Amino acid sequence: MKHTDTIVVKDLAIGYPGKNSVKVVAEGINDTLRSGYLTCLLGENGAGKSTLLRTLAGFQPAISGTVEVMGKPLQQYREKELATVIGVVLTERTNLQNMTVEELVGMGRSPYTGFWGRLNADDREKVTAAMELVGIAPLSGRMVQTLSDGERQKVMIAKALAQETPVIFLDEPTAFLDYPSKVEILHLLHRLATEMDKTIFLSTHDLELALQMADRLWLMAKGRGVVAGTPEDLAMDGTLESFFTRKGVAFERITGLYRVEPEYHAQVRLKGDATACAMVAKALRRNGILAGSDVESDCTIEALPEGGYKIGKGSESATLAVTMSELLELLQL
Amino acid sequence: MILTAASVVLLFFLNLLVGSVAIPAASTWKILTGATGVDPIWQNIILKSRLPQAFTALMAGAGLSVAGLQMQTVFRNPLAGPSVLGVSSGASLGVAFVVLLSGRLAGVALSSIGYMGEVAMTVAAIIGSLAVMLLIMYVSQKVRGNVTLLIIGVMIGYVATAIIGVLKFFSAEEDVRAYVVWGLGSFARVSGGQVTTFVIIMAALLPLSMVLIKTLNLLLLGDGYARNLGLNVKRARMAVIASAGVLVAIVTAYCGPITFLGLAVPHLCRGIFRTSDHRTLMPASMLAGAALALLCNLIARMPGFEGALPVNSVTALIGAPVVAVVLFKRRKEDSGE
Repeated sequence: MKHTDTIVVKDLAIGYPGKNSVKVVAEGINDTLRSGYLTCLLGENGAGKSTLLRTLAGFQPAISGTVEVMGKPLQQYREKELATVIGVVLTERTNLQNMTVEELVGMGRSPYTGFWGRLNADDREKVTAAMELVGIAPLSGRMVQTLSDGERQKVMIAKALAQETPVIFLDEPTAFLDYPSKVEILHLLHRLATEMDKTIFLSTHDLELALQMADRLWLMAKGRGVVAGTPEDLAMDGTLESFFTRKGVAFERITGLYRVEPEYHAQVRLKGDATACAMVAKALRRNGILAGSDVESDCTIEALPEGGYKIGKGSESATLAVTMSELLELLQL
Repeated sequence: MILTAASVVLLFFLNLLVGSVAIPAASTWKILTGATGVDPIWQNIILKSRLPQAFTALMAGAGLSVAGLQMQTVFRNPLAGPSVLGVSSGASLGVAFVVLLSGRLAGVALSSIGYMGEVAMTVAAIIGSLAVMLLIMYVSQKVRGNVTLLIIGVMIGYVATAIIGVLKFFSAEEDVRAYVVWGLGSFARVSGGQVTTFVIIMAALLPLSMVLIKTLNLLLLGDGYARNLGLNVKRARMAVIASAGVLVAIVTAYCGPITFLGLAVPHLCRGIFRTSDHRTLMPASMLAGAALALLCNLIARMPGFEGALPVNSVTALIGAPVVAVVLFKRRKEDSGE
């Protein structure tokens, strides 16, 4: 894979200048965003994700350090010029009325249109292409206010595509969406990064999805700056674990994913078919019971080959359960 | 759009035809085309009263509506109108100073000195409103966020009103009356040479406001998106406020504070044309604003009222139901979709 470094960040400090003192949100940020990659910015609320995005997009000045965009310092760009390099999808919900999807996507052409902002044939072609790429062509005549949140997000992405920028920043594009829509949007963005060699950088709270779909992660935490790498590297060297695990959340190194971790109050030993055992373990974990084939306990559950479960407890006689719900009811621990 | 333009033309001629003195259409036409042999009294009525009034209403309606549209877009607030930033309050303050203080200080009731008094009031109104506008523009540089600016504008309006109240309290009764009459708003007060000046200024300003069409369209998306699409939002906001402010200042100076039109017409146009594209809305607001102002002027002058109805009452009485009906109809269509 050939990727170019589109955005190079050196010793960046971000924050807000106050009257007397500067409020630094994060500092010592050093990394690179590459084309063809979907990079996800993860961090808790208040870690400074939006501030970082706003700084990289040129919406607010950096406190110190440099941001180079396509080999040129960010602050040397004129507004018009920057509009052709970085496109954004923001969290601010636009309260647009009486504007069609096509018109809104067409606004993405503004940096290229003339005095009146009229679209020519070429512009219109690009708008149509952007809508098709995102899969909203059938909505083109719809009024924006009648769209669902997911559709609206896609429209804004199409706008950014119509803007024809090599870099696209998205501030929490998956917030307020249902799960399938989140997955769909991330798939779409990943596809755009790979197929069109775009640099896509987005902030999100959807940890699990980001870990599965991002090519690279930027992790942000208060007082720790930014740590970047592929999800797998960050998983293996323990960075992910140290960033996000806390009471009730465990990081599974095997899968590289986070898991809800309850406090266990009992243990059960499992025997039998592996798939059935995994299901039993999952159901019991939810109920605060640690279960597994390697767990030492005088209570055992055996998944029977003909279906059903046999519950044995010490010297008591074994009881049988047919379904999982029966099992959970019978199991008194 | 063609329909709106046609109604402007139609209403313009109706404004010439209808009035307390019945003048046949044929004679009106003769007077307009400059033919001879018409009653000089009729000629006077048409050329010195009805024609200037129609022109004034046309320009004032168009100007206020454009200003209202610009304000609603830049503040993304449907309740914003041309007067929201206190610009028209500034005009009122200017006029109040001249009208109310001249009586006390110079001993001359301004209302009694005719043409010079009129000019003085116009100048005072322009100075007052432009001063407020400059203040607002200065503040807009300092504050972040539209809502803050909007609130500051409203506050300036309150302060101006309060000062006017104090001035009124210390003024002679006939001066207060003159001020109150000015405050009612009228398309008829502008006379003779002043009309020409007003029409020329407006004819220059209105096309100039069209320059901001692309800017306004971008501002619709919100500051963040507008900026990302290459717009200098701060400068754009200043330009729009300046454009709307000057329009309001001029109209208010010549016609007094005309309420309602500027707030209502943009909504009317969005309802009718079902778009938020300013390439349509700007000309549409101009035409619809002109048409509505002419209609109101016509009604205020219907035989029977004898020009006694203040324009502000008519604009609201006629305009409010019209706007309500359009918005209501649109709501029903939207939910039907």
